[in-house]
Amino acid sequence: MSQKTMIKAITDALDEELAHDDQVLIFGEDIGKNGGVFRATEGLQAKYGEQRVFDTPLAESGIIGLSTGLALKGFRPVPEIQFFGFVFEAMDEIAGQLSRIRFRLGGTRKMPITIRAPFGGGVHTPELHADSLEGLIAQVPGLRVVVPSNPYDAKGLLISAIRSDDPVFFLEHMKLYRSIKQEVPEQAYTVPLDQAAVAKEGSDLTLISYGYMVQECLKASEQLAKEGIKAEVVDLRTISPLDETTILASIKKTSRVVIVQEAQKQAGVAAQVASLIAEKGILYLSAPIGQVAAPNTPYPFSDAEADWLPNEKQIVAKAKEILTY
Amino acid sequence: MSQKMIDFSTLTQQADEFKTVKVLDPDGKLLQKDFDDILPDEELQELFHQMIWSRTLDDRSTKLNRQGRLGFYAPTAGEEASQIASNFAMKKTDFLLPAYRDVPQLVLHGLPLYKAFLWSIGHVEGNKYPQDFSALPPQIIIGAQYVQTAGVALGIKLKGENQVAFTYTGDGGTSQGDFYEGINFAGAFKAPAIFVVQNNGFAISVPRSKQTAAKTLAQKAVAAGIPGIQVDGMDALAVYETMKEAREYVTASNGPVLIETLTYRYGPHTLSGDDPKRYRTKESGEPWHHKDPLIRMRKYLTAKGLWSQAQEDQWVAAAKAEINEAIDQVEKMPKQKISEYLKNTFVDLPNSLQQAAAEYEEKEAH
Repeated sequence: MSQKTMIKAITDALDEELAHDDQVLIFGEDIGKNGGVFRATEGLQAKYGEQRVFDTPLAESGIIGLSTGLALKGFRPVPEIQFFGFVFEAMDEIAGQLSRIRFRLGGTRKMPITIRAPFGGGVHTPELHADSLEGLIAQVPGLRVVVPSNPYDAKGLLISAIRSDDPVFFLEHMKLYRSIKQEVPEQAYTVPLDQAAVAKEGSDLTLISYGYMVQECLKASEQLAKEGIKAEVVDLRTISPLDETTILASIKKTSRVVIVQEAQKQAGVAAQVASLIAEKGILYLSAPIGQVAAPNTPYPFSDAEADWLPNEKQIVAKAKEILTY
Repeated sequence: MSQKMIDFSTLTQQADEFKTVKVLDPDGKLLQKDFDDILPDEELQELFHQMIWSRTLDDRSTKLNRQGRLGFYAPTAGEEASQIASNFAMKKTDFLLPAYRDVPQLVLHGLPLYKAFLWSIGHVEGNKYPQDFSALPPQIIIGAQYVQTAGVALGIKLKGENQVAFTYTGDGGTSQGDFYEGINFAGAFKAPAIFVVQNNGFAISVPRSKQTAAKTLAQKAVAAGIPGIQVDGMDALAVYETMKEAREYVTASNGPVLIETLTYRYGPHTLSGDDPKRYRTKESGEPWHHKDPLIRMRKYLTAKGLWSQAQEDQWVAAAKAEINEAIDQVEKMPKQKISEYLKNTFVDLPNSLQQAAAEYEEKEAH
């Protein structure tokens, strides 16, 4: 085992799966010779050849439609959308087409496709590169949405996603690519889909989040610990479908909850978690459900993103508000 | 500069020279003698048989829809040469990605007729395709099938199979981004695909002239660097021979082909409330009726001594019997279950869907 960044863990997972199953194909914009704009596919074309790792013309709808067609011919495509903000171009082919093929054909076909896309704020990108659009994708039936918060989970979840016979949208937060290192095993391993993790145990309140915001929650929990407050941190990992069991068990234990997401508050994943708690766990609660999310504007001009993005301070403040209710 | 560097008037005409491929004139006479060997006699009769079957199906489907025994229906009369003769050149192992008007091709490709009817009324059993049936159900989103066709074709190429992916859209479909992405991806990958544009002159009500400044739709292939052909879509032999030669070209690893068929739908866009009188006059359709693909083939076959009224009547009667049998089967189909819908959504069903399926199963048992 060695210390690895999340981007390296992702490259390792792709490498493992190309070796493990010769039906796996990796393609997208700039992912061949260039190894991807973040180098996620570095060296893979040289190792596996242009038939299995290849560049496509620059068109997102084409990339997803290509994936559907290849899956119909028995392949296991792993397309990349270069930045999640470009996903609007492919919405029909994702939401209207590939995610409902199995349903439309009465369960007679499968679509083992893993769409990877970098996303998330805090790295000073131009417009429509940083947007957290996962709420839109999470509403699509027939599609899993997975968001790792650290290098270890990224590798194990990506391998699970690629091996899954169902489509998975796999979101990689750009701020996590190189900001933290973690022990990551060399060999292939899986982290289960549809299962949240308790990233840190606590008994006074639960912080629920996913992706990069899990790191902010962990930092917040350290601040709270200095004041004797034991915060539990639940990392959703799969945001659609939600792991009801883990969420409700934590709420039952702590009776207070703050849900944290980087996306705008309106109609997002946090709202879905809040709805679940209201529906199935309201009697466990001693205080209203707290939420920390971004304001309801489009993603800001990047010079203002630090003021727009949710952060540790807001989480600590909201946690205290909920604790003293 | 005293003189302009760019001659725009020449530039706007540089892709205009797309001639229409023709074999038969409207009287069913060969335009060239050597066209006589396009198909052997029995196959000529079989092609005409399939066209008669399709016209009968259209007639019966319209009546069944009006009786409330069939659901969504997009009429096909007038388009038999375009639809049936193009499909006639393809093989069962080729992969068909149809649009909603392409039900006849889907059935001739191997979909049992009762399943096509089930699709029409909105029943999942209609879309349960056997694993070895190389087709998708009809596409509703205009053009979406074009990018998927590029994917199927690339899959065929990577597997080294001697097959083709073939797909249909209409004149309106060529305005979609997916249309260009599909032909462009297939071209870039040199993938074995045939893209058919059935230009029937109207995208619901909007005439072809309002879709694009391009003089033909076939010339859109030029931008993707692939061959584009315009063919008389009321001439079954011209459509068949064009598709056959395109299939040969495509399976010889040359990359995809785009084919525009010039055709006309006699009826409305669909039977869901479209009234063609709002956007075209009866008179404007008359020239197309004179070019009717069935009349033309019938005249050609008659001259060759390959047609008889008795034979045609028998085909119509057989088609009607087949349709009656299929609609009986549809009406015996058990009700759909939401529990099954839930189970069909994923291979590996999430817990929440398993629970929901169990709850529905309990309700459905009562």
